[in-house]
Amino acid sequence: MKEELFVSGRNIPNIDPYLNIWHWQIPLYLFLGGLAAGILFFAALFTIMGKEKEMPAAVKKAPIIAPIALILGLIALFLDLKHKLFFWQLYTTIRLESPMSWGAWVLMAITPLSMLWVASYMKELVPGWKWKNNLLESFEGFVIKYRLWMAWMIIVLSVILGIYTGILLSAFNARPLWNTSILGPLFLVSGMSTGAATILIMSKSKEERRTMSWIDLLLIIVELFFITHLIMGMKAGSQVQIDAVSLFLGGQFTVSFWVFVILLGLVFPAILEILERIGYHIPVVIPVALILLGGLMFRFIMVEAGQLTRYLY
Amino acid sequence: MRYAMAIDTLKCVGCSDCVVACQMENNVPIGFCRDWVTETVDGSYPNVEIELRSERCNHCDNSPCVRCCPTGASHIEDGGIVLVTHHKCIGCGACIQACPYEARYSHPEGYVDKCTFCIHRVRKGDKPACVAVCPTKCMYFGDLDDPNSEITNVLKNRKFKSLAPEAGTNPQIFYLI
Ligand code: SF4
Ligand code: SF4
Repeated sequence: MKEELFVSGRNIPNIDPYLNIWHWQIPLYLFLGGLAAGILFFAALFTIMGKEKEMPAAVKKAPIIAPIALILGLIALFLDLKHKLFFWQLYTTIRLESPMSWGAWVLMAITPLSMLWVASYMKELVPGWKWKNNLLESFEGFVIKYRLWMAWMIIVLSVILGIYTGILLSAFNARPLWNTSILGPLFLVSGMSTGAATILIMSKSKEERRTMSWIDLLLIIVELFFITHLIMGMKAGSQVQIDAVSLFLGGQFTVSFWVFVILLGLVFPAILEILERIGYHIPVVIPVALILLGGLMFRFIMVEAGQLTRYLY
Repeated sequence: MRYAMAIDTLKCVGCSDCVVACQMENNVPIGFCRDWVTETVDGSYPNVEIELRSERCNHCDNSPCVRCCPTGASHIEDGGIVLVTHHKCIGCGACIQACPYEARYSHPEGYVDKCTFCIHRVRKGDKPACVAVCPTKCMYFGDLDDPNSEITNVLKNRKFKSLAPEAGTNPQIFYLI
């Protein structure tokens, strides 16, 4: 019988026992990116569908959050960098093979677009708002004229941004927990769901709330389906993937994953939204807060747990 | 040209001279390393086997660390040596996540650092510091494209393995077994 007695590795306190180079900055960045992508997606979608009147919060109000989230996300990314003074090197080349690179470029494109979007609605959002400058006034007219074009650009970019938050992780073959192509769609849907929740809480119209809460419910169901898919795929994968997913199935992240992400972050808010739809009155802030918290926790757990998983040799 | 290294696990005694030589040669800050020695004990008493391996960056042919680098700081030099250009590295950590062998570390100065196959020595015709210093002469360094090189011969005549080939990286450090 063969039995491995022990494996001693290097014993270097600065590197071992495992490399954990990404801390809170990256999951926060992924969360904020997904949130902004979700909000912008719905703003653009309802504009393209010609529903600006019916969905005022989605199209006009909630997008204010997007540039704020994007800038905070970029700050988080910047804080993650260890060689900060060389940050600009990121924008000297485009490397399509590197998600980090094209993601940074997508952010560079969508952040100003989201600001333009908010600026073009400034007069409707703040009664009496004036741009105090003729050039800006005429520029605003120009932006409003091409709003539909902007919506098309934003809808494409927001989907790319949402998927990117997952691909940034899934591209790493060396971290078996991340290395699954479902992570892109999963993070996209999760981001959209947090975006929908934000719109939900900012909306004052009954009709709009109804629509957004149906959309959110649907997104949560898709998300649960994708997570099942993720776990099944890993269980049927190679040894390193089986080991990776066991972190959620009895391992060290079991409680945090099932309680905070699945139960409190997805199932519970879904039940609350269904109850609301069949006539009970539930303060909207509860499901919204749970969804946002669940989304944030999900990214923290994935980033933390993923860094524990590795190839064995 | 394809530089590679073959390391004889049957000759290695685990003295860690290669680790110290590298730290001296390359000014590796205290508390970090570019190479290290692992010890795997296999079997149950009295049939026990020990394998000692001096490990470092595998200078992979299909290197995920180079692919994921957003700035091009991680790149491949002549002979397949994987290098990091320090003044281009932003320290994003992507390459550290991408390496299945945990061969990279974040240098206290911010950039990412790793084994360079002692490219500054190799260009002058010398061997990497670890190879040169090994008291049991268990490491072979050379050009795999040269049919007469020592490393080509040793790999022709001995059984060898590489680490986690299933990671798809095509590692270029071979362990003679
Ligand atoms: S061992 Fe790691 S750092 Fe070295 S080339 Fe391979 S993937 Fe890159
Ligand atoms: S840490 Fe440096 S070398 Fe590594 S991927 Fe980022 S920029 Fe490239």
